[in-house]
Amino acid sequence: MNHIDDVRLRPPRNRVEARAVGWWTLQSALFALPLPIVFGVLSLSIPPARLFFGWAFAISLVPGLAYMAVMPTWRYRVHRWETTDEAVYAASGWLWQQWRVVPLSRIQTVDTLRGPLQQLFGLSGITVTTASYSGTVKIKGIDHRTARDVVEHLTKSTQATPGDAT
Amino acid sequence: MSHDTEPREATGTSNGAAAGPEWSRLSPRLLLVNLSMLAGPLALFALTVASTGANLQALISLGSLVITFLVVTGISTMRLLTTRFRVTGDRVELRSGLLFRSRRSVPVDRIRSVDLEAKPTHRLFGLTSLRIGTGEQSSPSSRKLSLDGITRHQARELRRLLLDSRGSGRATGQDEDVTIAEMDWAWLRYAPLTVWGVGSVFVGLGTAYRILHEMKVDPLELGVVKDIEDRFGSVPLWFGVLVAAVITAVAGAAISTATFVDAWANYRLEREQDGSFRIRRGLLISRSVTIEERRLRGVEVAEPMLLRWAGGASLSAIAGGLSNSSENRSRCSLTPPVPRDEALRVAADLLAEERSPTELTALVPHSRAALRRRINRGLLVLAPVVAIPLGLGLWLTPVLVHTAWITALVGIPVVIALANDAYRALGHGIRDRYLVVRAGTFARRTVALQRDGVIGWTITRSYFQRRNGLLTIGATTAGVGCHKVRDVSVGVGLTYAEEAVPNLLAPFIERSPRG
Repeated sequence: MNHIDDVRLRPPRNRVEARAVGWWTLQSALFALPLPIVFGVLSLSIPPARLFFGWAFAISLVPGLAYMAVMPTWRYRVHRWETTDEAVYAASGWLWQQWRVVPLSRIQTVDTLRGPLQQLFGLSGITVTTASYSGTVKIKGIDHRTARDVVEHLTKSTQATPGDAT
Repeated sequence: MSHDTEPREATGTSNGAAAGPEWSRLSPRLLLVNLSMLAGPLALFALTVASTGANLQALISLGSLVITFLVVTGISTMRLLTTRFRVTGDRVELRSGLLFRSRRSVPVDRIRSVDLEAKPTHRLFGLTSLRIGTGEQSSPSSRKLSLDGITRHQARELRRLLLDSRGSGRATGQDEDVTIAEMDWAWLRYAPLTVWGVGSVFVGLGTAYRILHEMKVDPLELGVVKDIEDRFGSVPLWFGVLVAAVITAVAGAAISTATFVDAWANYRLEREQDGSFRIRRGLLISRSVTIEERRLRGVEVAEPMLLRWAGGASLSAIAGGLSNSSENRSRCSLTPPVPRDEALRVAADLLAEERSPTELTALVPHSRAALRRRINRGLLVLAPVVAIPLGLGLWLTPVLVHTAWITALVGIPVVIALANDAYRALGHGIRDRYLVVRAGTFARRTVALQRDGVIGWTITRSYFQRRNGLLTIGATTAGVGCHKVRDVSVGVGLTYAEEAVPNLLAPFIERSPRG
């Protein structure tokens, strides 16, 4: 048993768009910056409390900036996707990483979702749902034309397979 | 914002209500139920005003309570007045709402489940609620089909009608319903072993305190409490703590037992003629849950720590097409806590196997890295418990330092024992048509899942798992389920998944000779 082959999961074939890094950075900025900005404004406008709000500004800013610097590029290295004639395969996450495989025969719906930020970057997201609550595959940050093609491919092959997908 | 749904499906009936059978309404007795709901808060209101006079704070909180109940009553009365339903040849139609009109029409063959549930007030007036599940994953809860308040007789007929016309047509070769399991009051001995009874003691005390506080009554000033304080105020602290602990444990056990009786009295699990399983149970709230045999994907044997020590276990179903996760837990319960052997017998019976696939034959243990992870995790929980008194002790008093090192001395062996137990629990294997997964120390769960019920794999790896060459691989099934094989080494886990469901994961796996 000890000399079995080294088995590993190969990464899916396609990377997401490089623009997704910009999208994730903007998204994390919207999440990480408002608090330090509020503290910054307060420290400038209330001189007696300048020291306190100055520290609050620094303490809330540093982790936020670190998150903004690390998360997007790390995600970009991890997020990948692939569709074959049998299955959808996608990798996501950064600290916690996730690989999901769903056979086409079990797919129930294929949706695209473009939030305002994604639209800004010309990106699109695909959500593939199955009969399982926890089996949903999301591919985010791909070009919207690619997304359209993928949805078409998936819808076509889903219709071709019989059964009620449970 | 109206729920005018599925025009595609509604077209069949658009030529007016004249076609097809008559529309039925909810039972008018529902009005009595609604009124009786008001009685409680009104009585409380009257009592408070009578006893304390017009205390403003109490009046406001009770007043808002009464208003809330009035609104609820109003809404359900409106529902009574506006709801109409009927069953035509192949579909169920439901209309309701005054401002937000909704019409729903569901093909009978899409119905996955028909459940009955009767709350105490409903039962008092011979009413029951009927819930129809269609197994839609994305539908909001507002769109669930339920008839809240029809007569028991109506409900029974409707359930029969729906389940029959669904026409699963599975001849099981049996002429009548077969009982698989039935309540045995000897099982009551397992009832006190469900720990959350103790939790509910604390919740109950907290709630009582809050209510008294809202009503401007200080519980410590109450006569009863004063009396106890006078009589026992002089006993040593450790004795007081001990007595309090014993009282809590006894009260907890009593509450657990009462809950058990309420939930499981009149329990009966049977296989019906059309091949579905029906679970009936409940003392105050009577429930009836039907699970189609072809939706049954497997079973889960749960053994919480105390129950495990007493040799007990409880069984639940893994089935697709049920409702959302929190409701699902109680819906899927197949047995109360029962002797382990009984749970396994029921499991085998349900799955139509000779022996339950969850029976403990050797499962593949996981690598030692999984044990290290469990020990580390336990120590991580212990660390703050020791560090906080230590820190405070160094700062304030040496007594706390002693507390800290004694805690550490006791805590470390406990953590290691628990980690070892958790590690021993870990295991996975394949038995014929089933994949079997076991994990957990506080609540050990053994899952047997049909291999063709797996509709996808989810693999997760945390940073530490990646460093240790481990992964967690989850088999997703229809419904809520994701059944995880935790902390298995990469090669073993992937090979297992591939073996369990051939060709699903294979295209994405790379093999290279180790060297």
